[in-house]
Amino acid sequence: MSRALDVPLSASVEDDSLVSAVRGFVYKTFVIAELEVRKLKHDPTELITRAVQPALWLLIFGEVFTRLRAIPTGGIPYLDFMAPGILAQSVLFVAIFYGIAVIWERDLGTIHKLFVSPTPRGALVLGKALSAGVRSLSQVAIVYTLALLLGVRVNWHPLALTGVTVAVFAGAGCFATLSLIIAAIVKTRERFMGIGQVLTMPLFFASNAIYPLAIMPPWLHVIARMNPLSYEVDALRALMIVGGTTTFGLVTDFALLTGTTAILVIAASYMYPRVVG
Amino acid sequence: MTGEAGAVKVEVVPILETNELTRRFGDLLAVDRVTLRVEAGQVFGLLGSNGAGKTTVIKMLTTLLAPTSGTATVAGFDVRKQAAKVRRVIGYVPQMISADGTLTGYENLLIFAKLYDIPRRERAARIADALTLMELTDAADRLVREYSGGMIRRLEIAQSMLHRPPVLFLDEPTVGLDPIARHSVWDRLMTLKADFNTTIFLTTHLMDEADALCHEIAILHRGRVAVSGSPAALKASVGRDDATMDDVFIRYAGTSVESGGTFQDVSRTRRTAQRVG
Repeated sequence: MSRALDVPLSASVEDDSLVSAVRGFVYKTFVIAELEVRKLKHDPTELITRAVQPALWLLIFGEVFTRLRAIPTGGIPYLDFMAPGILAQSVLFVAIFYGIAVIWERDLGTIHKLFVSPTPRGALVLGKALSAGVRSLSQVAIVYTLALLLGVRVNWHPLALTGVTVAVFAGAGCFATLSLIIAAIVKTRERFMGIGQVLTMPLFFASNAIYPLAIMPPWLHVIARMNPLSYEVDALRALMIVGGTTTFGLVTDFALLTGTTAILVIAASYMYPRVVG
Repeated sequence: MTGEAGAVKVEVVPILETNELTRRFGDLLAVDRVTLRVEAGQVFGLLGSNGAGKTTVIKMLTTLLAPTSGTATVAGFDVRKQAAKVRRVIGYVPQMISADGTLTGYENLLIFAKLYDIPRRERAARIADALTLMELTDAADRLVREYSGGMIRRLEIAQSMLHRPPVLFLDEPTVGLDPIARHSVWDRLMTLKADFNTTIFLTTHLMDEADALCHEIAILHRGRVAVSGSPAALKASVGRDDATMDDVFIRYAGTSVESGGTFQDVSRTRRTAQRVG
């Protein structure tokens, strides 16, 4: 039964203590995030092009639907109701792009060396998730600016702003990790493009981003309740705008978002290395 | 070579050893029962045409790919059971361009210094040394995508050597380089070997490269070791006085027209060649 002996032996870290293992993990996570942020610093054009989509949604879709008054928003203007949903959507689009980015980096050859380095797989994943959060901060700036220009009543309380930041990080991390898992399964850019399209639209429409759950038919309601995006939107709606309310409660929102992200990070730690296999 | 008469049986401990190492991809037997032995401080060359299985062997030895069967140890650690330990004692320069073009040369080194846990107080000196050795000091703050092919390869070697690994893996280190750049890469490798007694395991299909650099060679043909030995011994085995390594290669790696690799192999090699060229 030598196999039984192998497990604890190979599991023990060289620096032996659990504390230093955890410290090493956190440190490596930040190094991976630093890598991404440095790349972004050299070429920030992408951040600007990403402003187009939320602008279109708010300016065109939002302006039209706010005249319609057909959607029950709980007493606030439709544009106010929709702004947090569009923030969540633009963060989703940033995060889903991560899968394509790693396939691209795999084709270029840049990520092989990361996998050969003594970096825990979980840190490679969590570092990417974290950098998706950093990237999404620019979306926060963009959507807040647009909201201000369009007369949305934004809640500027520091706690509310902190809450929005946390929700955006959790949402970005959640979907970026999901995206890494998909990349590890499909492995090619062409297939990922197909899956990405098929995935982002239902995630967006089967959520409370642009209409409340209450007006959904029961089957869609059930799906939307299983969609992490709904909880991100719910938290953002309560925190971002004046008079916004939560349907599920902030504790539920944050617990479900971070819980889902944690499960996805663990799954991705096993799946992600397959992208170079 | 000393005669057998006076030789006390000194067991030289190999730093790298494989035993019946095998990898299948579906029906394709990419690597078929490969048994190799590399002694510390040697330069070992794995030769073969495109698609002979060279990269697959390197991927298994660097823990990127799990063997289907058989074993391999690097510096005494099993590549499957002790992958995390293997990663600490090896450096790896993949065939594809692995330096990040969107970062500067300095940043490429900085990130890897951090990932390899080089203490903060040593980091600056270690990076400066690596830049000097690879003659990249002046280019350190330029984006890598502006580097020439030879500079990129030298940067990658610098990255892979920051933590002074006892074993360095190079997958087709000079593919796509002109003769001047190729010689500058060879010179750097020989300096590293002299300075740190690094064991170098490289793949190539350039026969003059193998002849110039390697102490020991194994020629891979369709996933199997066709022959192995020192360049001199292999040339002698052809049975002609003026035999070159090309003759050796043709004799053992076959001349069949279907050799030359799959579409994927060839397109990858060409892409790398295009990017460095």
